Amino acid sequence: MKSLRRFLDKVKPQFQKGGRFEKLSSTFDAFETFLFVPDKVTTNGCHIRDAIDLKRTMATVVIALIPPLLFGIWNVGYQHFQSLGESLSIGANFWYGLGKVLPILIVSYVTGLGIEFIVAQIRGHEVNEGFLVSGILIPLIMPPDVPLWMVAVSTAFAVIIGKEVFGGTGMNILNPALLARAFLFFAYPSEISGDKVWIAEKADAYSGATPLGEALVGNFEKIPDAADLFFGFIPGSIGETSTLAILIGALILLFTGVGSWRIMIPVFLGGYLMGLIFNLWGANDYMRVIPAYEHLFLGGFAFGAVYMATDPVTAAQTTNGKYIYGFLIGFLAILVRVLNPAYPEGMMLAILFMNVFAPLIDHYVVAANIRRRLKRSGRAVVQNTLNV
Amino acid sequence: MDIKLMGEASQTITEKTSNFFALKPADFHGVIPKLSVQEGDQVKAGSVLFHDKNNERIVFTSPVSGEVTQIKRGARRVIQEICIRRSREMEYENFGSADPNTLSRDEVKDKMVRSGIWPVIRQRPFSIVANPLQTPKSIFISCFDSAPLAPDYGFILKDRLGECQTGLAALAKLTDGKIYLGLRPDSKLAFDQSGNSRIEVNYFTGPHPSGNVGVQICHVDPINKGEIVWYLNPQDLVTIGQLFQTGRYDATRIIALTGSMVTHPCYCRIVRGSSVQEIIADDDQTDNARIISGNVLTGKSVDRHGFLGFYDHQITMIPEGKYHEFLGWGLPGFHKYSTSRTFFSWLTPGKKFRLDTNMHGAERAMVMAGQFERVFPMDIYPNHLIKAILADDIDQMEALGIYEVDEEDFALCEFVDTSKMEIQAIVRKGLDYIRQEMS
Repeated sequence: MKSLRRFLDKVKPQFQKGGRFEKLSSTFDAFETFLFVPDKVTTNGCHIRDAIDLKRTMATVVIALIPPLLFGIWNVGYQHFQSLGESLSIGANFWYGLGKVLPILIVSYVTGLGIEFIVAQIRGHEVNEGFLVSGILIPLIMPPDVPLWMVAVSTAFAVIIGKEVFGGTGMNILNPALLARAFLFFAYPSEISGDKVWIAEKADAYSGATPLGEALVGNFEKIPDAADLFFGFIPGSIGETSTLAILIGALILLFTGVGSWRIMIPVFLGGYLMGLIFNLWGANDYMRVIPAYEHLFLGGFAFGAVYMATDPVTAAQTTNGKYIYGFLIGFLAILVRVLNPAYPEGMMLAILFMNVFAPLIDHYVVAANIRRRLKRSGRAVVQNTLNV
Repeated sequence: MDIKLMGEASQTITEKTSNFFALKPADFHGVIPKLSVQEGDQVKAGSVLFHDKNNERIVFTSPVSGEVTQIKRGARRVIQEICIRRSREMEYENFGSADPNTLSRDEVKDKMVRSGIWPVIRQRPFSIVANPLQTPKSIFISCFDSAPLAPDYGFILKDRLGECQTGLAALAKLTDGKIYLGLRPDSKLAFDQSGNSRIEVNYFTGPHPSGNVGVQICHVDPINKGEIVWYLNPQDLVTIGQLFQTGRYDATRIIALTGSMVTHPCYCRIVRGSSVQEIIADDDQTDNARIISGNVLTGKSVDRHGFLGFYDHQITMIPEGKYHEFLGWGLPGFHKYSTSRTFFSWLTPGKKFRLDTNMHGAERAMVMAGQFERVFPMDIYPNHLIKAILADDIDQMEALGIYEVDEEDFALCEFVDTSKMEIQAIVRKGLDYIRQEMS
């Protein structure tokens, strides 16, 4: 490692101001800080600092994404062979899935990071770590059979329009990964919906619809039982199917303190409550047949609640705001899912919708604090005048 | 949040006699110094060294008797240090002893102002030296320090309660409101409140920053716009008490010498403004240490030839960082301290750490939310206040409660901040900005 460090120190001047490769300074910095945590020391103020930085935070989220990723890779293979009527070993399923998922992962990272590096250089910033997470989130919410060029186009759209035009990581209003998914959904509706893409290279005769798709057209008898939904042996986006794998990730996020339980748990509560309301209401079969808890296993609900709603940049930032924000996401997701036949996947729209409303929620929470303070000083003024 | 560090001071007092002292005008926010002495002048303890150009009554006096050896100036001739070499025999200016209970408010003020003790009293908002022309709504004294490795005032003050009581009697003359003392429930300090109904004791539990005076003010008697609260350190009660008992400005105090780079951490009896070099033991003289006048969260970095700050009761020495760490963000990190559980040091919750000055990362955009609130026990939204300061939006700063805070209240926010911003400097900038706009 010493020799690597020596090499970096040797070439560093060429990347700094006035150096030969000045135009690549952001790129150099990104690689240097990736290899070595910087030697920068504190000046005045706080002389010691918490060991955590944004890289560690993002790396933790990536680790938490590994369970759904591994399961997703396996499930892509499993669903494929299932549709062909074959049953293969875990290894074979995984191997097939890897061949499908890895290209999507690579395309997403190359497109997104490429844009991040270029924009950072134009702005003269350091490269922010935000896309390390987005880059793995995007493949996990893609259907397994999505064409790679669509992944590239939607990633580029999400990074440029969703993030960079607002000023980059930390400034965006909408969750970039979800924006990529939304772009795909609205730009290529015929390719991306229906039952064509959810199982990779499926046999023609086999129905490839997701359970939500089946529910939408009224085939309730085709929805697998709750255990299959929970463990994730169902067609769907790559990472969203297994609630169990997602819960393992959720535990990692909550235990390390990276994800906020103040958002995550209200999402599930809101969703469950809306499901219960529908069960009680029972106006149509959809409301009657699917029990409230099954809604939490279906589609992208769990994945969205754990990894998307908790994105600190786009979520509400105040403590009370988070409860409201989370609860409404869950509530709206099930509402959209059940009542609007055009959008079987309500979670994506619910989160994006609440992303837009998060600043408003915060505004009112903070305004309450300001009012409290004004009231207090108003009282103080009255008291002071009485004393005089 | 309590940061567990190595190098806590053992409860023994070492006598240290320094020969070199200095007063640093920069310790007093908002004071523009106007010198009253020249190099070569002889002074006594209590002789005026400089006063504040904006308020000529406020004088700053010498902690010892001796000769003014040097007036150190920095860029644009700003006075940095007024250095004094101590004479062999201590000589004191005599301000006359008196029982504060028999004096009027103006007489008490006059004695404290003339002796140069006055600057120990600071005001919120802005954390500047109190203005003797004003009357605060209350006075706060936090009698414990919850910062890492902080001195234990129960130990320091245990034999000085008499002077403290006199000091409290003097302070009671300065306000029509209450004097609030903040204590730990298990504190050994037993103040006598019988003589004065305006002294009120409040007990605080919980980790740092429960000992910060700002937190105590916020929970006991929050500051509204236009109101002023004064605060001081409990050791200064002793100094004030001695002034009234003996008529002298006796700047002796006990500080804690702490930190993982100190071989024998202990308490030291010194005089205010001592040179750091003479306090630190010989075997701890190393170049690779960060010497901090104050604690690791809020103190100022001084070099070996520097001097202890006016308001500091602690010297902390920790190792300097300045090293690269290969893939440090990806390693398990058993030895790394973090409030999050992203490093595996959560396996050893009781461990004391030897932290250095590395930032552990570079500055980034604000990404995480809810981090600050966990270490900021006030009814204020720290994130929003910081953004208002960055935007120079005075109305918003006021609305969000900037008058209630000081940079030290944000020290833990700065410590935990994933984005590695210099939050205390930002808050100070906001306070200075508002103060300028108002004057």
